[in-house]
This record gives sequence, C-alpha cells and structure tokens, in this order.
Amino acid sequence: MTAPALEIRNLQKSFGAIQVANDINLALPRGARHALIGPNGAGKTTLVNLITGRIRASAGKVLLDGEEITSLSQAGRTRRGIARTFQVNQLFRNLSVVENVYLAIAERTGACNRLWRSAGSEAAVIEEALDHLQSLELLADACRPVRELPYGRQRLVEIAIALAQRPKLLLLDEPAAGVPSSENHLILDVISRLDPNITVLIIEHDMDVVFRFASRITVLVAGAVLTEGTPDEIAGDERVRSVYLGERREARRD
Amino acid sequence: MDANNPSPSSLVGTVAAERAHAVDFLARRDRFRVAEALPWLLAMAAYFVFPNQMILGGQTLIMILFALSLDLILGFAGIVTLGHAAYFGVGAYGAALLITDLGWSEPISGLVCGAVLAAIAGFLSGWLLLRYRGLALLVLTLSTTIMLQQLGNLFRDFTGGYDGIPGINIAPLFGLFDYDLYGHTYYLYCLGVLLIALYVVRRIVYSPFGQALVGLRENVARMHALGSPVHWRLVVAYTISAGLAGVAGALFAQTNTLVTLGVFDFDQSAAVLMMLILGGAGWLYGAFVGAVLYMVLQNELAKISPAFWQFGIGLLLIAVVLLSRHGVFGRLANVGRLLPWGARP
Amino acid sequence: MLNTIVSILFDGVAWAMFLFIISVGLSVTMGLMGVVNLAHGAFAMAGGYLVITATASWGVPFLASLVITFLVVACVSVLFERTLYAQLYGASELDQVLLTIGLAFMAIATYTYFYGPLPQAIHVPDYLLGGVHLGARSFPTYRVFLIVVGAALVAALWYGFERTNMGAKIRATVDNRRMAQSVGIDVDRLFTFTFAIGSGLAALGGGLAIQLLGLTPSFAVIYLVFFLLVVAVGGSGSMWGTLAAALALGICDTAGKYLFADAGSFAIYAVAVLILLIKPAGLYGRE
Repeated sequence: MTAPALEIRNLQKSFGAIQVANDINLALPRGARHALIGPNGAGKTTLVNLITGRIRASAGKVLLDGEEITSLSQAGRTRRGIARTFQVNQLFRNLSVVENVYLAIAERTGACNRLWRSAGSEAAVIEEALDHLQSLELLADACRPVRELPYGRQRLVEIAIALAQRPKLLLLDEPAAGVPSSENHLILDVISRLDPNITVLIIEHDMDVVFRFASRITVLVAGAVLTEGTPDEIAGDERVRSVYLGERREARRD
Repeated sequence: MDANNPSPSSLVGTVAAERAHAVDFLARRDRFRVAEALPWLLAMAAYFVFPNQMILGGQTLIMILFALSLDLILGFAGIVTLGHAAYFGVGAYGAALLITDLGWSEPISGLVCGAVLAAIAGFLSGWLLLRYRGLALLVLTLSTTIMLQQLGNLFRDFTGGYDGIPGINIAPLFGLFDYDLYGHTYYLYCLGVLLIALYVVRRIVYSPFGQALVGLRENVARMHALGSPVHWRLVVAYTISAGLAGVAGALFAQTNTLVTLGVFDFDQSAAVLMMLILGGAGWLYGAFVGAVLYMVLQNELAKISPAFWQFGIGLLLIAVVLLSRHGVFGRLANVGRLLPWGARP
Repeated sequence: MLNTIVSILFDGVAWAMFLFIISVGLSVTMGLMGVVNLAHGAFAMAGGYLVITATASWGVPFLASLVITFLVVACVSVLFERTLYAQLYGASELDQVLLTIGLAFMAIATYTYFYGPLPQAIHVPDYLLGGVHLGARSFPTYRVFLIVVGAALVAALWYGFERTNMGAKIRATVDNRRMAQSVGIDVDRLFTFTFAIGSGLAALGGGLAIQLLGLTPSFAVIYLVFFLLVVAVGGSGSMWGTLAAALALGICDTAGKYLFADAGSFAIYAVAVLILLIKPAGLYGRE
C-alpha cells in the first residue's frame, strides 16, 4: 500500500504550560478532499502551521509521501511540495498581481537565483504565471497592484500563488473568510476545480462549503482530535453538535 | 451566465491582448529611460561648469556609490543596519595597504582588492548577523563596526592607528592619465567607476534575484511560505552590497591619498543612511539625489558654522521622515514611474 | 591582585550606575511603545548643561540642581513626546532611527551654539571630593556617591514598579499593550509619564556624569552606543534587565581596560555581541 500523502503521528505542541496541539493523528491519501473544522481557538491554524513548519512541534512526526519532514524548515517543506494559503492574505500588496504569481513560480524553478538576467525575459515563468491568472480569471487585473483589488479577488491571488507552487499537498486556511458573499462563488469554483491529484486539507467554518467539498472531516477541539469521519457521520454525531451549540444548551434540553 | 458574454473569437482576442499586455509590462520595466541619462549629463556638465569644485565633486561621486551600495540591502531588501561604514573602511584600507605595503599602485587592482576584502567581511558578518532583526541587529552591526575600528587601532603598526595611512599615491590610470592637484582626473575616474557600478546594481535589481529581494522586503512571511532560502538571499545581497561599499572606500583612499580609522566612525554609517533616505531608498537614483543634496548642503552650511550644518541636516531629516517615507524625491519618482516596482510602504 | 579586583569591581559598579541611570528610561520607553530613541543621549546632555548653568550661573547647590534638572527635563520632554514622538508609534524602525538621529543632531548643534564645543567642568561640593576610607583602602568619594545614588534609584524604581498602581500599569502594558488598552489603561498618558521619567533620569545621569566624564555637546552621541548596548543586552522594557546588563557590561568594560589597556576597550562590545548572538531579545527580554 502506498504511503499516505500526508501523515501526522502523535503531534504535540505546547507554549509553556499551554497545550495547543494534543496527540494529533491524521492520515490523508493522495487526492484527498479533507476538511478540518472546530470551534474558534481549537488550534486549526496552529495545526496547519505545524504541518507547514511555521511552528516547530514539541513532539510527534509529520510525513509527506511517507518521508519524514518534521525537522525541515518551512522553506524546506515547501520545496518538498507543500503550499498553503493564510487566513489573512499574505501577498505582496504593492506589487502587481502577475508579479505576485511570478515570484511563486520563480522561487519554485530556481529562477530567483539568477542575478544577471532581466526578470522580464524569463519567458517560461511569465507564461506559466499568465496561465494561472487566466484559469482564475485574473488576467484583466494582471498589471494592477494587489492592494487595488477588491478583497475577494485578492483572495483569489492568494490561491493562485499556492497553485503556482505546483504543490502535492495544498492547505487552505479559511479560503472564503472575509470574502463578501457576492464574490464567494469565485473561490468555491476554484476549489471545486482543483486537480484531483493534489491532496487538499481545508479549514472552514462555513458548513455548506465543508459538506459540498469534503469527502472526510476531522473535528478539532481544544487542540485535540474529537472525531473523524464522512460528512454524514459528522453531521449525525452528537458530540460534534454539542461542541458547536454549547454544553449548556444540551443540558437545558435534558 | 452573465450578460456581457462576448462571442468566443473576441474573447480569445481579449485574453491574448491581456497576456501580451502583461508580458510587455514586465519586459518594459528595465528598459533604459531617457531620464536615466540625466545624472550623467549633469555630472559631465558639473565638470565643465564647476572646474574648481572637482575635489568636492569626486567626494560626492564616492558618496553616491556608497549610498548606492546601501540601497541594495536597505532600499531593496529592507534590512536596517547601523554599521555599513565597516565595509567602506575595509575597502579603503585594502586599497591603501596594497599600495603602501605591497607597493602595487595600479588603481583598478586597488579597487578590486578593496571590493574583495569588503565582500569577504560582508559575507562573514552577514552570515552571522542577518539572522537577527530590530534593535539586536542595529546594536550588533554598530558594535562589530566599532570593534573593527578598534582592531585597526590595535594593529597600529600595520594600519597607522588613528593617524592613518598617508601617501596613497596611485599610478596613472591605464598608464595614460596623470592626476592633477585639482582633482579633475580623479573626478572622471570616480565617474567611470560609478557608471559601471550603477549598471551592475541595476541589472541585479531587475533580475529575478532582485525581484526576490523586493519580495523579502514586502512580505518575508510569504517568502518563507514560497520556499525561498531567505537567509542565503540576504547574505548574497549583503555581500554584494559590502563589496560595492568597499569599492567606494577604495576610491576614497585613492583619491584622498590618506585614510584614517575615521572611515569606520558611526558618523559615516549615519551619513550614508541619511543621504539615501533624503533621496529616497529603493529606486537606485535616490543615492544620487541624496548624496548630492547632503554634500552640497554640508559644504555650504558648514561654511557658516559646523553647528549650523548639523542643525540643518537634523531638521531636514525630521522633515523628510514626517512628510514622506520615501524621501523627498522618492515621492516625485513614484509619480514619474521611475520606480521599478511598487512604492516602499 | 585582590586590590585590582576590588578596584575593578568598584569602578565597574560606578560606571554601571551611570549606565543604568541613563539607560533605564530608554529601556522602559522602548519596551512600552516600541520606539527606538536615539535622541535619548541628548536628554542626558541637556541635563548636564542645565546642572552646569544652575551651579555656575545661578548659584544653586549641586544636589539641588540635580533634582531641578530631573524635574525640568522631565517636563520639557513631554513637549517633545506629544509633538514628535507621538508620530513614531507604529512607525517603521527606520523612521524612528532617522527622526531621533535628526533630533539628536539638532540638539547637539543648539548646545554647541550656546555653550561652545569645548568641555565644561563642574564644581562639585567639597564633601563629594576626596576619598572615603573603607578598611585599608580609599575610594573616591564621588564614585561612592554615584553608586549610592544609583542604588537608591534602583530601590525607588523597584518600589515604583512593584508597589504602585502606575508601576503595575506600566508592567502590564509592556507585557501586552492591546490587552492593557482593552482593560481601560490609558496607554498614551502612560507613555507620556514614562517618557518624562525616563528623560528626567537621563538628565540626572548626565548631571552626575560631568565630574567623571566631562561634558561637551557630543556627549549625546558618544555615549549613545553604550546606552543602546545596555538596553539591547538587558532586554527592552525591563528594569532588572537594564541593571543586569549595566553591571555586566560596566564591569567587563572596566576589567578590560584595567587588564588589557588598549585592547580592553574591545571587551564591552565583545561581551555585548556574544550575549546578543545567544539571546537576541536580551537577558530579560521576551521573545
């Protein structure tokens, strides 16, 4: 049996006395569409940070395609094929849209190690950048600075950058967060059209998106995995409902 | 579907046009603009119009080069340090000792020697220190420069201590051009070196590597997430920056014929920082504008009294910071689209 | 041998007290509002000149003039804080560095104009001159005085930080500004107060230093390096950090100069660099 695309074993992280990740286990097969849900403060973004290497784990292992990456830096893990979007856009706001995507590709291909060639003459990088923009319908804004775009389209640029990294594993942290509902569909369209070979883990609060998109869901509460299952199983799980609705309400019903 | 759904053929046409536009946008960026000839025309004009000011002129050209070297690491990569004079000093002493110690007075070799030694110093200190930021980096760079100065004093048999090394007399350039007392040849020598240096920095800045530096300045978190080897990028940029500062120092030693440990003073690091900010960091020509402004002001105001100059430059600095973060002329440059990328926030 | 050690410790602690008195304001200011203030040395310089004018021209006794300089500079600094420094909150580090350097330059130029560039001396009262006999040795009275003043200030600041309401607010805001704001602490007022005290202390330190170091307008930048070293090594925002760093650096500097003459001036920088490489946030800094 081939190794899972992403595997997390007994992952722990604590900041002093505060445990933000408690013995987390997770295994995603290649091409998975997996959602990570949980109340605010459950540690979902922390888990993504642990996977990408933005934070160092206190204990446990992270494996990508069966190879351990726990000791690699964020950049090292990225080069192995992990890409992520941030909950709040992390873009180059003063650069144009095409330059944003250009950088992602140029870093990936190693073009950024060239000091003497003109950036404008890297035809392969530029063409690929434009391909990505075209598939996300961002071409019209290609030469505009990112800060001038409406937030929804900026979010698309964030996704474009992640896709431009040609990842094996894509981590989306609340991709639709902050996007007005009128622009929501752009994001959701993109997510549903993602290459089936890419393994995707998405953090989301919007249950419609989760149920539409995910084939499996992990519920995270207070840094630990509460349960994992198919959307139907999760929807029917009493514990999940109580976590979201609150213990008191449940108690009142009794 | 939406109402403005054009016919397939014109849709393809629009896409092709947009792509072509983007390609052109990126290609256009580093084309030479007519306005870029201006500094050189002005420099040559100064040669003919102010023949008595050529010594000041030469010093100004050297300061422009020094500020240009700082622009690479500060303006483009966004790294703030207080010790750039270290590399200027290493370059100066490298060029000086080549002549006075080894007896090799060919000028270009002096520049190369200064550049290489300064680059080595830059590489070592950059590798060690660029892991830090903020107050720690400011204090570390400040301290290492002071220590370098004191090392120089410690080995005063070698370096002449605070009295310095006199008699740095370079041989005629290419064996042809002799040097006069008024600094005319020195001026043209410095101008030539500056021209080459600017060409080099300009190519670096417009390369994919330069684009990565801007990325580091604009959003380092995103660069980490893109897999960029952040630390090594910065070390490379810092090494080049140090090497160029070394060339400026070497030029200084050669044209001043005397070099003292004062080249390592905090005043030097502060001065080059001020010059760059006055002109605007991150668009290459800020070094030109800022250095000229600073040197001319210093020359004029110091005639009244040194305190007057110090007061004036302090006031100007405060004004620049409060009124515009891009430096007085950076604002104008932004308007004139001379900026290669977006404005520095 | 023992004599040398005692001398090193004594002179080192005296030097450390000078560094502490001036640097503690800079450290708390930085920790509180995140402002790099390179003009801090200028407040010390100004304080020194006020003491000279007070004692020489107005006939005010030395100790009284120290108190006056603390109060006057503290009050005047409020003007600068409200007009200039308030612009720097949230500004980039580069902006802060440049604006405060500009301010320092203006201050130096102004004082050069009024007092001239030559070193000024001060006439301290006779009871502060000479030596104090402790056991077999004689220690310069003025340095003993400096150490006593320093120790008293440490005690006063400790009391202020740990036992008063204001101190608690300052500590809370240094720890977590947003949280402090959300519980209703008037952060702006707090900063003005802290800035004033810090600048006043700098002025006091400047006044105390004249007897040992002399005073010229350049005082503002010559010693600035040391203040920055102390704040960085100690960790900004921490009084104990400032004290620890001042002692460590002060004693190492003195030891270096005693034991290695010329090469010894290296020591303070080498020690600072080593500490910062290992703990970039400083001894008591939080990362």
